[in-house]
Amino acid sequence: MLIQRKPKLTYADVTPKELYFNRRKFLKAMGIAGAAAFAGKNLLDIVSPPGGVHAGAKFTNLIKSPFSTTEKTNSFEDVTHYNNFYEFGIDKDAPAKNAQKFRTSPWTVSVEGEVKTKRKFTMDEVLKLAPLEERIYRHRCVEGWSIVVPWVGFSFNVLAKLVEPTPKAQFVAFESDWDLGQMPNAKPALAGIEFPYVEGLRMDEAMHPLTLLSVGMYGDSLPNQDGAPVRMVIPWKYGFKSIKSIVKIKFVAKEPPTTWNLANSHEYGFYSNVNPNVDHPRWSQAKERRLGEIYRRNTLMFNGYQDQVASLYTGMDLKKYY
Amino acid sequence: MPSLLANKWTKVPVFLFCLAPLGVLVWCALTANLGANPVEFIQHATGDWTLRFLVFTLSITPLRKLLKLPDLIRFRRMLGLFAFFYACLHFLTYLGPDQSFDLSAIWRDVAKRPFITVGFTAFVLLIPLAITSTAGWIRRLGGRRWQMLHRAIYISAICGVIHYYWLVKSAVLRPLTYAAIVAVLLLWRLGDWLIRRGRTMATAAKTQRASASG
Repeated sequence: MLIQRKPKLTYADVTPKELYFNRRKFLKAMGIAGAAAFAGKNLLDIVSPPGGVHAGAKFTNLIKSPFSTTEKTNSFEDVTHYNNFYEFGIDKDAPAKNAQKFRTSPWTVSVEGEVKTKRKFTMDEVLKLAPLEERIYRHRCVEGWSIVVPWVGFSFNVLAKLVEPTPKAQFVAFESDWDLGQMPNAKPALAGIEFPYVEGLRMDEAMHPLTLLSVGMYGDSLPNQDGAPVRMVIPWKYGFKSIKSIVKIKFVAKEPPTTWNLANSHEYGFYSNVNPNVDHPRWSQAKERRLGEIYRRNTLMFNGYQDQVASLYTGMDLKKYY
Repeated sequence: MPSLLANKWTKVPVFLFCLAPLGVLVWCALTANLGANPVEFIQHATGDWTLRFLVFTLSITPLRKLLKLPDLIRFRRMLGLFAFFYACLHFLTYLGPDQSFDLSAIWRDVAKRPFITVGFTAFVLLIPLAITSTAGWIRRLGGRRWQMLHRAIYISAICGVIHYYWLVKSAVLRPLTYAAIVAVLLLWRLGDWLIRRGRTMATAAKTQRASASG
């Protein structure tokens, strides 16, 4: 008997990103070629602008992480065209449209606060802090949808250990870039939240090996709309904890303010661990819709990372500390 | 304009216009243009159009009085029924993809979550209105009672707006826009009613005075 196995497709089998980006560039160039010729500009500059629109060569030799899930990853197209990044608009497809011209180079991340060595890292330095890993994580939004993303990065604790936090450091505060010139939508009146976007973790959460400092996804640099050039990924917490486009990391003694908690403390707590048993005041968190699926699936405790992280919260009332 | 409104064929393009949002959705579905979360896309689109058709329906009375176009009334039932039609589609996305047709889970959800409770109320209130929308039912109920019953659309519209307001995370601008429009449409009715009542009372007082002096 002949048993035919379905070929196992991975995201690598999808049309390579450069190909379709090039196709778009090509189509765009077709449209402006006439105008450019008229203006006497070099066509090549438009087809392949200096500096590169899609910066970042593909990462090679990524280490496969044991933390990766074997679940099917979502398509690059879905992940990059359906997300929240309020600095670039409140609709799910707004970041993909409005973040295209966001400048992510040069970029520095300032590390300050209760550390022995305060430091400013350039992106080149960040990229060389540790061998880059590929980590395929489940990602659960507080709104009730989820995705599976192959991130690129390394444990945040690598950076933390390097700057040597003092015993006073009990929490880590993060801050996103806020540049109204590049982010005209990043106003409280439009977005309903304050800027710059701030987030925070307890020290033990930040030092947990699952907590990822991410510099890429799908084997490439982070697309602008997904938090380029460097962001956090905390897979057992709701997505809004995974702060994007980080410019400042501060080690502090007290629990730092967090954006969604400031906007609505009744609905969004500091911890915001994925928890199917603790509902959002307005909707249930028991289920989620994985992008690409019709029916909703059960949400897992700590988003399925219970074995790794449950011990961080032993003895804590997770209903009280939501 | 008035003759166009009175023409029996005018209902055809209006009907097609009302069907257009569904057409767009079907077209997007066939061409795989519903985005990364098609269920949510359909859910939001049908919810939006329910609210819009409720607003259209509620606009008829003020418009026909302000613009002195009594024939506009011919389109009210169709617009109202389309509000109900899109509400049904909206409810189906909740019944199926969201709740997997689990009636007990739905019942718990309706009872527990205010945002679902008001949305469900808005939907349920439209059911008797759709059923009694025929000429036969107007006759059976009598104009006055029929009108009383159909004022339930006011509550349905208010519940619909609250449902939307409670759904969004922080960007309340869009639900507030609907709230403002519905408020204007309902306040106009209140004003209209007060003015008419004032007139009736004035007339009544005049008649009384006339009879007393006579």
